[in-house]
Amino acid sequence: MEARRREFLLKTAQGAALAACGGFIWSHLVRQEASAAVLALRPPGALPENDFAAQCIKCGQCANACPYDTLKMATAGSNMPIGTPYFEPRKVPCYMCQDIPCVPPCPTGALAKSLKDINKARMGLAVIDEENCLSWLGLRCEVCYRVCPVKGKAITVETHPRQISKHAMFVPLVHAEHCTGCGLCEQACPTQEAAIRVVNPKLVQGKIGEHYRLGWKREDQITQDFGAAPTPTEPADQAVAPKKAPGMDTLNQGIDF
Amino acid sequence: MGMSLSQLAEAAASELEKGWKWDKAVCRFCGTGCGIMCATKDGRIVATKGDPKAPVNKGLNCIKGYFNGKIMYGQDRLTQPLMRMTDGKFDKKGKFVPVTWEQAFDEMEKQFRKAYAEKGPSGVACFGSGQWTIHEGYAMNKLFKAGFRSNNIDPNARNCMASAVAAFYSVFGADEPAGNYDDIEYTDTMILWGANMAEMHPILWSRISDRRLSNKNVRIVNLSTFRNMSSDLADLEILFKPNTDLAIQNYIAREIIARDAVNKEFVEKHCVFATGPYDIGYGMRNTDKYAFPAEKDTQAKELKVKLDKYEAVAQRRAEGEVVEQKNTADPAKHWMISFDDFKKAVEPYTLDFVAELAKGDPDESLESFKGKLQQLVDYYIEKDRKVVSFWTMGFNQHQRGTWVNEQCYMNHLLLGKQSQPGNGAFSLTGQPSACGTAREVGTFCHRLPADTLIPNPKHRANAEAKWKLPAKTINPKIGSFYAKILRDLEDGSVKWAWVQVNNPWHTHPNTNHWLKAARENDNFIVVSEAYPGVSAKIADLILPSAMIFEKWGGFGNAKRRTQQWRQQVPPPGQARADIWQTLEFAKRFKVKDFWGTQNVPGLKAEGYEDNKLPSVLDEAVKMGYSPEDSLYKVLFATPANLKVKWPDPVAKGHDNHVATLLGDGWFPEKALWQEYVQFGRGKGKDLADFDVYHGDNIRGMKWPVVDGKEVAWRFNEQYDPYVKKGAGFEFYGDLFKAIPTGNLDGITDPKPVPLAGKAKIFYRPYAAPAEQPDANYDLWLCTGRVLEHWHSGTMTRRVPELHRAVPAAVMWMHPGDAQKRGLQRNDLVWVESRRGKVKVRVETGGRNKMVKGYVYVPFFDEGVLINRVTLDTTCPISKESDYKKCAVKVYKA
Amino acid sequence: MHAQAQPLDNTQAGDTKPGRVVRLYTPPATITGKLWNWRYLILRRLTQFGILAMFFGTARYGWEVAGRPLLSGNLSASEFMGVIPMADPFAVLQQLLTLHVLDKEVLIGAAIILGFYALIGGRSFCGWVCPVNLITDAAAWLRAKLRVPDFCNLSRSVRMWALILSLALSALLGVAAFEWVSPISMLHREVVFGAGLGLTAILGIFLFDLLVVKHGWCGHLCPLGAFYCLAGCATQLRVRFDDSTCTRCVECVRVCPEPHVLNFKQAADKGMVTSGDCTNCGRCITICPEDSLSFDLKPLIKQHNLNASQQARRPA
Repeated sequence: MEARRREFLLKTAQGAALAACGGFIWSHLVRQEASAAVLALRPPGALPENDFAAQCIKCGQCANACPYDTLKMATAGSNMPIGTPYFEPRKVPCYMCQDIPCVPPCPTGALAKSLKDINKARMGLAVIDEENCLSWLGLRCEVCYRVCPVKGKAITVETHPRQISKHAMFVPLVHAEHCTGCGLCEQACPTQEAAIRVVNPKLVQGKIGEHYRLGWKREDQITQDFGAAPTPTEPADQAVAPKKAPGMDTLNQGIDF
Repeated sequence: MGMSLSQLAEAAASELEKGWKWDKAVCRFCGTGCGIMCATKDGRIVATKGDPKAPVNKGLNCIKGYFNGKIMYGQDRLTQPLMRMTDGKFDKKGKFVPVTWEQAFDEMEKQFRKAYAEKGPSGVACFGSGQWTIHEGYAMNKLFKAGFRSNNIDPNARNCMASAVAAFYSVFGADEPAGNYDDIEYTDTMILWGANMAEMHPILWSRISDRRLSNKNVRIVNLSTFRNMSSDLADLEILFKPNTDLAIQNYIAREIIARDAVNKEFVEKHCVFATGPYDIGYGMRNTDKYAFPAEKDTQAKELKVKLDKYEAVAQRRAEGEVVEQKNTADPAKHWMISFDDFKKAVEPYTLDFVAELAKGDPDESLESFKGKLQQLVDYYIEKDRKVVSFWTMGFNQHQRGTWVNEQCYMNHLLLGKQSQPGNGAFSLTGQPSACGTAREVGTFCHRLPADTLIPNPKHRANAEAKWKLPAKTINPKIGSFYAKILRDLEDGSVKWAWVQVNNPWHTHPNTNHWLKAARENDNFIVVSEAYPGVSAKIADLILPSAMIFEKWGGFGNAKRRTQQWRQQVPPPGQARADIWQTLEFAKRFKVKDFWGTQNVPGLKAEGYEDNKLPSVLDEAVKMGYSPEDSLYKVLFATPANLKVKWPDPVAKGHDNHVATLLGDGWFPEKALWQEYVQFGRGKGKDLADFDVYHGDNIRGMKWPVVDGKEVAWRFNEQYDPYVKKGAGFEFYGDLFKAIPTGNLDGITDPKPVPLAGKAKIFYRPYAAPAEQPDANYDLWLCTGRVLEHWHSGTMTRRVPELHRAVPAAVMWMHPGDAQKRGLQRNDLVWVESRRGKVKVRVETGGRNKMVKGYVYVPFFDEGVLINRVTLDTTCPISKESDYKKCAVKVYKA
Repeated sequence: MHAQAQPLDNTQAGDTKPGRVVRLYTPPATITGKLWNWRYLILRRLTQFGILAMFFGTARYGWEVAGRPLLSGNLSASEFMGVIPMADPFAVLQQLLTLHVLDKEVLIGAAIILGFYALIGGRSFCGWVCPVNLITDAAAWLRAKLRVPDFCNLSRSVRMWALILSLALSALLGVAAFEWVSPISMLHREVVFGAGLGLTAILGIFLFDLLVVKHGWCGHLCPLGAFYCLAGCATQLRVRFDDSTCTRCVECVRVCPEPHVLNFKQAADKGMVTSGDCTNCGRCITICPEDSLSFDLKPLIKQHNLNASQQARRPA
């Protein structure tokens, strides 16, 4: 009886150890795959990457519905989570069909059906390599601006003086607020390597602090009306001093003199 | 030891550029005339750059110019003559088979002789080009007019700026603009009339933008039939209905008079008033014999026009009156009128009348539109405000193109804002050498070099003298203009045609007719081409041509700047320069083949028997020619020309495949240049010597080049040595400078009154377009270019990057119009007119914002051959086609 | 049946029935006989390739019936004729464990598939649909031909651990853990949507099955198989076992990819194969020289057993 119990426990322990080792390798594989997800451009309406990764069942129905063969399913070796849909704009961009045919077939909701206006899709964000952009160099290119389906909003052109001659430069600027990440600009960019690329905004987009607001925008938020005066809170009395207090460590390090 | 990334990059760059040779050249594309530099290595263009010394572009390029170095290297470049053959023999219905140059010329000669024997000089024709080099155009012009005694040579520039030329002639008596691009920096106001310069003249646009940005007082007005990219910068955008620019111009004139803003001194001293007939048709055939059943109703307007409400007011007649078009044969005739007549004529063009007629955007209020028209007039009239009006195809490709050009001068002349820095009406050109080759060399069916004309006996005599030809060699009958050559092929009156540097079957409107005529009629079509475009596909014989940097050449840009370049690289395979093809073909004929008596149906000229060209062989013999002399020897390798030797130090190590192949030791481009410049010298058209243009520090020169100096503003005493001292201004052009007198109804005194030195202010009325949207064909169609592609795309579509940027033509449409038809962006639709239909995808966003009822399809895409749909009306005076308006319907494919 | 009498006691199996002439399986000589013998194999390949073809044709060539896509998607989730949703219940279970709310289409689809296999045998999927089965069957066939000896033993319970791990890792990592590495979906996807490096994983399985462990993947490792094994507990389609004719020749055991399911004692007791591991591949049925095995529905088998026992109890 004792021996059988011992054997059972041992077997269980062995199994669990094997499972733990396997699980370790397995989870490593999954994590590594997931870490490549930031490189993937997803179909319109895709949930935020973590949710998308969990909900996409990798069935490819979105790719089947795409009339332009824009969407492809990642295979092992395409350097992104295997089996998930993605597109490479330099090859085939998203043509932003008005009826968004790729979203409704998604059975799991990984592509949100609440997306009804393709201009609201955020598949990525176009970024310009200003050093290699022909327009930034002064040439009359602006191909990206002209092919942009949200022209004038997602990409605008600003005129700058060229300084060295009496020509103006027409520099394209991308506005994240309107850029859908369709990638028509990247596909059309006539330089040898595209000087405008669509990437996951996470890789390039900064964020000013939550604690600060731009004073010259949204003046309407300023208010003088605080409502009823708050009831004053009195500081509590303290019977015993605590053992530690903020600042004492630094203070006790002393100073050389 | 490894190298760091930066070291590697540097080393790779210097290794890459080892052995590159840089030389100056010119951009292949538009009429702006940007200078570029070419780097060559091992017989290939390895890189180009914008020429920092070129005054036009200062090192910049647009995206087409950026790819100059790649246009020669498309995978389907033609490098071998190809002929339609069956069983080793030419067969019109055969397939293309590679042949030698010898075989090609043999068949070409045989077919030429057959056509010439049957139809005489009128039975052969040449489609020339505003993209020919000056030398090529000159050689072909001479071969046709002096050799073949045929004036059936006309360039595609006919469809580009013939209307501008006709107006330059009628208003100033001399071709080409008075001003130059520096006007941009001198002016305060730039008014674009149907010129989307932001896309079509990209480098000039960056100068305009710079001017606008650097001076708060500068204003830009964009007049167009739909919102284009030039509106992005414009201070004022006026969207008008097709053809109503005629009315807007008259409204401006009326206001100038009403507000007493006429520059009386200028007008009295330098101008007269004139007008001409209104009943001049629309440049279509005057018979419906060849019309498709559906197009007969449009064609009928060539004979009779029922006046609509607005035309009736504009022409002082009754609405609904049917006006027989009596002056289609001589639409250009005109006569002097008084200022009072002029004032009476523009009187009906009140703000209310013009606004109601011209407002183009149904969603705009009449009040807003009126306000804009008033603002436009304010800009024109404001004292001390300098004004430049720019235009291109919106005016030129217009059923009343000559009129609307003349009207533009009308307002500048009334205000005296002309021929001064920053003041003037400035006609831009589309093609790189529409000015240099087509206009200055006179490769039109009615012109000779340096503003001389075929019908003028003195001008013919002048050319005959310069070319050392017997008197009466040149045919006095004006030849067939571009559209007419195509019509001649259709009705069988032309049997042999040679196409150089253009693509008529792709670019001429209503091309279903011409495609059919080319393939089904008994004729022989030779196409010199670099790439297999539409015209090559319908050809019987294709000759592989050298492209721009594979030959010596020169272009003349929109502001009279002539620029030349050397051969940079050899042409590939059997490809040869067009000038070599022309000269080599000339070797196959003798003087006696053409200089005997020839039948020319319709020839009627003083000193000539009707329908006949006299024999000049006796005279030729007296001049020392033999009837057995070849045309090559008589016209090109003349004793004088043979003295211009190749090799020449000006080449600085560059090759010349034409000189080498001809093998008789002369330098054809230089010799012909030196011969050509004799025409213009001393006549206000002076060009410099060949070597001057190849000088290291020269980046082209603006003619007239007098004493080695360019002329910046013509007709202005301060800048132009041709103007008489003390005159201030002198419009010294001498064409059409003696005209009868009359009133608004016609000529009262036919005796010509000389008007030396004066410009004419024309009254021209509003005329409705020949075809307008109706219940069935309910949309306007306009065609044109996009920045990324040049003309029919034979070059730019071979550059993978440009092809990727704009792979196919789309149809821009108002989203509301699309919705009404159940269409969405990217849907495939048919665009159909009375003449044909094409499939295209719908675009409701992007660069052009259409007004309701109006669609735009660019013409570069062979796969969307929109000229199957377009209407082949022309300006009856200039014979330039109108690509900007016809009626179509659009439905889901 | 083309069986030949062989007066041999079968000594391999412990519970041979004494007193019966044990005949071994002999392959039929005629083509029709062969085809008849291969009927389940042919049917299985037809369904496997047929399903693949429908997915492939819909994805690549846009096959449609009455204007609706024929079968869009893949084994993970799909839609038939634009109406009937289907989904892999195991994948959906993993996704649910990530605590994400899924759209109802996929839940309905998973329920449909789960219900379907619950009725016709969970692991029917493995034998009749799963594309990896093609690979592992090929490996098994070649392994038999080459007489590859066993390299090591692996417990068949490993797949249960893998199943548990799939679910645990899904909950831990927040993504469907098995779906992210599954060679089954990889193979299927890459056949339907275009090949990638996933096919090397398939090669791995092939070599593993061929050289390392007999029926290694499907029989020992695959957590999806384990899932369907559990899902198929209540299956109604079973292999009926007729103990009265069985000679215990164990030909069935020899060809069975999951031989432990052919436990004669249990089978004799219940009149059918009861283990959820049975893939309903039908190999045992066609090889049995005595026709002792056949497909049947569970209620009918029970009825049959009842009748048989009543008959047995009836006095002679």
